[in-house]
Amino acid sequence: MNSIKAIQDEIIEEFSLFEDWMQRYEYMIELGKSLPLINNDYKTDKYIIKGCQSKVWVHANLDGDKLKFTADSDAIITKGIIAILIRVFSDQNPKDILEADTDFIDKIGLKEHLSPTRANGLVSMVKQIKMYAVVFQTQFN
Amino acid sequence: MIDIKKIRSDFPILSRKINGKDLVYFDNAATSQTPKQVIDVIVDYYTRLNSNIHRGVHKLSQEATDAYEKARVKIQKHFNVAKSCQIIFTAGTTESINLVASGYSKFLKSDDELIISALEHHSNIVPWQMLCEKTGAILKVIPMSLDGTLDMNTFYNLLSSKTKLVFVNHVSNALGTVNPIEDIIIKAHEYGAKVLVDGAQACPHIKPDLQALDVDFYVTSAHKLCGPTGVGMLYGKLELLKSLPPYQGGGEMISTVTFEKTTYADLPHKFEAGTPNIAGGIAFGAALDYMNSIGFDNIAEYENELLNYATNALKKIDGIKIYGEVKNKTAVISFNIKGIHPYDIGSILDQLGIAVRTGHHCAQPIMDFFAIPGTVRASFSFYNTFVEIDRFVEAVNKAATMLK
Repeated sequence: MNSIKAIQDEIIEEFSLFEDWMQRYEYMIELGKSLPLINNDYKTDKYIIKGCQSKVWVHANLDGDKLKFTADSDAIITKGIIAILIRVFSDQNPKDILEADTDFIDKIGLKEHLSPTRANGLVSMVKQIKMYAVVFQTQFN
Repeated sequence: MIDIKKIRSDFPILSRKINGKDLVYFDNAATSQTPKQVIDVIVDYYTRLNSNIHRGVHKLSQEATDAYEKARVKIQKHFNVAKSCQIIFTAGTTESINLVASGYSKFLKSDDELIISALEHHSNIVPWQMLCEKTGAILKVIPMSLDGTLDMNTFYNLLSSKTKLVFVNHVSNALGTVNPIEDIIIKAHEYGAKVLVDGAQACPHIKPDLQALDVDFYVTSAHKLCGPTGVGMLYGKLELLKSLPPYQGGGEMISTVTFEKTTYADLPHKFEAGTPNIAGGIAFGAALDYMNSIGFDNIAEYENELLNYATNALKKIDGIKIYGEVKNKTAVISFNIKGIHPYDIGSILDQLGIAVRTGHHCAQPIMDFFAIPGTVRASFSFYNTFVEIDRFVEAVNKAATMLK
């Protein structure tokens, strides 16, 4: 598995091939549509993050020393961004997750979706991913 | 008639580019844009007049006080109110509602009943729930029909001698429905109940005559009618305002203070503790001057044309559902497209330079009623154009194609 940084660079490179916002958004919509992101058993209130705009469900489990995330949203663009976040953060060490940032989102032109004013649940989702990392890292120590 | 070219030149923000495209601002129900006539008044206040009011003997304080009180009189005249002291400056609609709700705890006992409409914004729900928790009074709800109007027969049945207060918005923020407040006020008064009307969404489109309405309390915000944020008003009948206790303690609201007892100032100062938003109050007056110079009849006529034009164009889109299609509504269209989340449409529109509101519009009970996560809401103002609507409809079509 590549490091978080390597995956982020890979995504930045992929996005640099898009000529305009339409292509970026079409790609995200494709991502959002194609991926089955979460087991329906986890699409419950226990795993929900309620944004004013869209809902997000996040579930985490430990696989060896790696954290695996699954997530979903009721809005397709939100779901596309979730797919990107999962590609970056899933299957990584809790320690690496804690040290990573999300600056790459600016570089691929999707910054506004990770702004708190959007209230789409994504900011809380990143927080949640970090929280899981904290909890599982404590278990290792 | 509206001179749209002249009007648009009054609003500097309308020439902004968003994502390389001309801004189309269709989020007027959230806040309206500010014409330079109002911006100039704010700049002039801080350039020439800035000082504290109602207390200084010096020239600046005198001039600032005069300007502030003149604005109060403008508001009084605009709403056809008998005395200027019945206009209380507040931070806006939400504070005005909280002021009345807080004061009313003095008059309520358990088992008293309050009636609210199902069309309310959260700011006209939560303060009354808090009041009920405090006093043991019971909150009853006038239900909504599928077309977005209030079920008036149920309202008549809810009224009884236990009813103390009725609150309803003049116009619904989520759907644009104009509520039959005249009828609500008359019927509530037959049972001795008082009525508070939230005019935040109505005042940008309608000029209400508060004496003719015989309403007990009427509240609104300046920022929805071309004024600045952070200022609004509470109107109340004289005897009601006199009997309500002060909301906040502080300077300006007192007559004499000793450590044993404080006597409160007369209206309106009893409710205006501390240094107010002076520039905001003056600009509120200027905003009303601006709107009146265009004329509310002209505004209503033009906005209605925009509404009909946009409604007809949107209806041609496959799978569209418009919420709250009643005859008597302001220039607001709340809609969804089948199988598409409103957030996704809003995100695409933003890329195209078009500002709309998406989400539950702080009116979750309405969204629950329709069993939807939210809507896309386009709200028009007299400075919007038919060309902008064409661009908007084209953009919604584009979003629908991308997202389907």
